[in-house]
Amino acid sequence: MSIHDLVADDQPENFSFSAENEDKIVKIIAKYPEGRQASAVMPLLDLAQRQHDNWIPMKAIELIAERLGMAKIRVLEVASFYTMYNLKPVGKYFLQLCGTTPCMLRGSDDVTRCIKDKLGISSGEMTSDGKFSLLEVECLGACVNAPIIQVNDDFYEDLDYDSTETLIDALSKDAPPPIGSVKMRSGSQAETGPTSLEKMAAKSQKKKSEKTAGTAAEQGRS
Amino acid sequence: MLQDKDRIFTNIYGWQEAGLSGAKKRGDWDNTKAILAVGHDEIVDRMKQSGLRGRGGAGFPTGVKWSFMPKEVTNRPHYLVVNADESEPGTCKDRDIIRHEPHKLIEGCLVAGFAMRAHVAYIYMRGEFVNEYRALQSAVDEAYEDGLLGSNAANSGWAFDVYVHRGAGAYICGEETALLESLEGKKGQPRLKPPFPAGVGLYGCPTTVNNVESIAVGPTILRRGADWFSSLGKENNTGTKLFCISGHVNTPCNVEEEMGIPLKELLEKHAGGVRGGWDNLLAVIPGGSSTPLLTKDVCETMTMDFDALKAAGTGLGTAGIIVMDKSTDIVRAISRLSYFYKHESCGQCTPCREGTGWMWRMMDRMVRGQAEPHEIDTLYEITKQVEGHTICALGDAAAWPIQGLIKNFRPEIERRIEMNKTVTQAAE
Repeated sequence: MSIHDLVADDQPENFSFSAENEDKIVKIIAKYPEGRQASAVMPLLDLAQRQHDNWIPMKAIELIAERLGMAKIRVLEVASFYTMYNLKPVGKYFLQLCGTTPCMLRGSDDVTRCIKDKLGISSGEMTSDGKFSLLEVECLGACVNAPIIQVNDDFYEDLDYDSTETLIDALSKDAPPPIGSVKMRSGSQAETGPTSLEKMAAKSQKKKSEKTAGTAAEQGRS
Repeated sequence: MLQDKDRIFTNIYGWQEAGLSGAKKRGDWDNTKAILAVGHDEIVDRMKQSGLRGRGGAGFPTGVKWSFMPKEVTNRPHYLVVNADESEPGTCKDRDIIRHEPHKLIEGCLVAGFAMRAHVAYIYMRGEFVNEYRALQSAVDEAYEDGLLGSNAANSGWAFDVYVHRGAGAYICGEETALLESLEGKKGQPRLKPPFPAGVGLYGCPTTVNNVESIAVGPTILRRGADWFSSLGKENNTGTKLFCISGHVNTPCNVEEEMGIPLKELLEKHAGGVRGGWDNLLAVIPGGSSTPLLTKDVCETMTMDFDALKAAGTGLGTAGIIVMDKSTDIVRAISRLSYFYKHESCGQCTPCREGTGWMWRMMDRMVRGQAEPHEIDTLYEITKQVEGHTICALGDAAAWPIQGLIKNFRPEIERRIEMNKTVTQAAE
């Protein structure tokens, strides 16, 4: 693949880190031994991406190279090797749909179809208003909660056609639903309830309901 | 079946607070100083006695791995690096440890780090786990505030720092030397071994890379005793293990069970059984995508441990179990894995860089039957030319699922080729 396929044609003329990020950079570099500041290249690329609408301009790559005493090509090499660095713009909601076998077996094709039906985009495409872009990615590592979409930082799990539709509708209104399982199961426990640690579950639920009752009582007092 | 009292990860589903106060109630950080007081080498010996085998896939005995670290620290500091780059399709256990039991991992870092005379641990976490990263970082911060990490970690007199480093979406960084390259700020391309990391690892210093689960179970093993751990499971396959059950079961889940549990029991007890009943089972990938699949008749009696699965020509791997029922397009399911490996090949070794592409393109034709019957043998031949001819095991991992498919489902591939021919001829 040519680098021109990866990197945006339209590039900003300048890039500088925000004051807040400059503070973070000092802390990040301190994690690594002296003289090993190149180790900070990944966290710095991540910071640049977060600061710049979820994609990294070439000027940021040059700045990071200078800051870490690395050759520019070494930073670009890292930025283009790892798939999570976007070198061209993505949608406000960057949908990363897992299509690897465990998700495929649980119906990720239906999720893909739903996105196509609702938004008219396929993997690698963006809606014309720039609100959504889609990329089919490889295993997201939440296979027992398949199928999964990662929306920017957040995982939405246990999806099917209908719940994907609900998710997209909510995102269209800029009202992202709670992250995690759309079936509201706790983490990776079986949907029908725990098959181990039942006593622990009962105890935790009791505590939670006491807490809720307590909050309600406090609210009653006020 | 494993009893709850013998389960290590009691908050695996996140019912309780993951933070320090919750973790202490579950027994974490309980007199860690006393664990360290037995000394570096004694900890390593006890880990050896427990029989713990690495939980990241290869199953190498953890205590033995620790013992490879030099006994004297020279001018090159020792490092512990935790592999939290969980990305083997079918595997999602480390994510639960990190978000719901982070203190088991952090305490494990201190114990393991102390045992190998390291003062620093890096936890390399896969980039997609952003929220999990935040959870772990906040647990690390808590541990520093409470004096459990820092210049006098847990009041033991041992200085210990833990740093969390996020990757950025490269499966290959789960390979230990690629992970080290990545941590040094380079592309994640595996190194040739030897030298092994215990001699020349991170920044050229002695380093041990362990999986999250291997490190997180350490403190509990040392607290409850090596005998307790080795009394669970089977000989040479001791203890408990987190299993991830995905695919065509009624209720996919993660669960901690005893090593050596029968596969059928595991699926039926915890995952609600195979969708449509046991007789609807087609095949199972037992240990993450790179392990060759098992057909139903083998699954009947299979137990989930390193040795039994190895004897069956496959492996326990990460214990990421992918279940496929009879509705599965088995050729497509494996072809999708071929695409995964093609996508994730780092490009360093020619047989893998080119071979994964060849294999995927051929597999893609096999899905549609657009091939000649003799090409099945050509495909098999290519898998053999990739396997064992690369620096790391990604080439092998790409080859094995296809070999497993051809071995067990050759008639299905032939049927498709035959059908495609008939359809094409009819069209003509």
